[in-house]
Amino acid sequence: MAILTEQPIRLDPLIDQVRAPDRGGIAIFLGLVRDHHQGRAVLGLDYSAYGPMAESVTREILDEVAARGSGVAVAVQHRVGALTVGDVAVAVVAASPHRAEAFEACRYVIEELKRRVPVWKRELYADGTVEWVDPTASRVTSPESRGPHDV
Amino acid sequence: MPDLTVRLRYLARYAELLGVEGEELTLPAPATIGDVVAAVRARHPAAGQLPPKPLCAVNFRQARWDDPVSAGDEVALLPPVAGG
Repeated sequence: MAILTEQPIRLDPLIDQVRAPDRGGIAIFLGLVRDHHQGRAVLGLDYSAYGPMAESVTREILDEVAARGSGVAVAVQHRVGALTVGDVAVAVVAASPHRAEAFEACRYVIEELKRRVPVWKRELYADGTVEWVDPTASRVTSPESRGPHDV
Repeated sequence: MPDLTVRLRYLARYAELLGVEGEELTLPAPATIGDVVAAVRARHPAAGQLPPKPLCAVNFRQARWDDPVSAGDEVALLPPVAGG
């Protein structure tokens, strides 16, 4: 199954992808479009991706989980295109023999995905402005060092 | 050494900044990622707004500044990722 999808994410196919008789626990993380970002009201956003690299980096992350050999299987999907507040943007479904490994794998995959997978979002604010989200800029506090797209 | 040609991809905010999503670039061989980015800066005045060392990928894998590029490579310039 492709990691990136333009269609609404459905959980059942992801669960079916990882469920197995010897896996007694499934942990699920869903990332939803939030109605605010750094104090500003958000109406929706546009996700874009570098498709082939997003697919291969995500598979690398899943391989890292599989290499631990604890019987964990993980399925991931990420939306691209226009989303509105409350839409599911990303789903991580981790199945394992016991719950601890499922929770751990779920957490690992979403954190690594956010850190490494080439996906970007452009937020539409209630005041009509549109801005690319830059996680590295949000760590900067002084207004002088903010980029040209933060004005 | 002959010149080499790479395919460039600009993603997300960088495509908007440069006004183009992709193009070909020919430069003298041998060349590194750093040489490619320098050539992009020379071609596009707006590239002055790129960070000093933007995140780059060669053939869909993250690359380092000194990594060599080969003819036909796809070299991508990536803004800081913001998925999830």
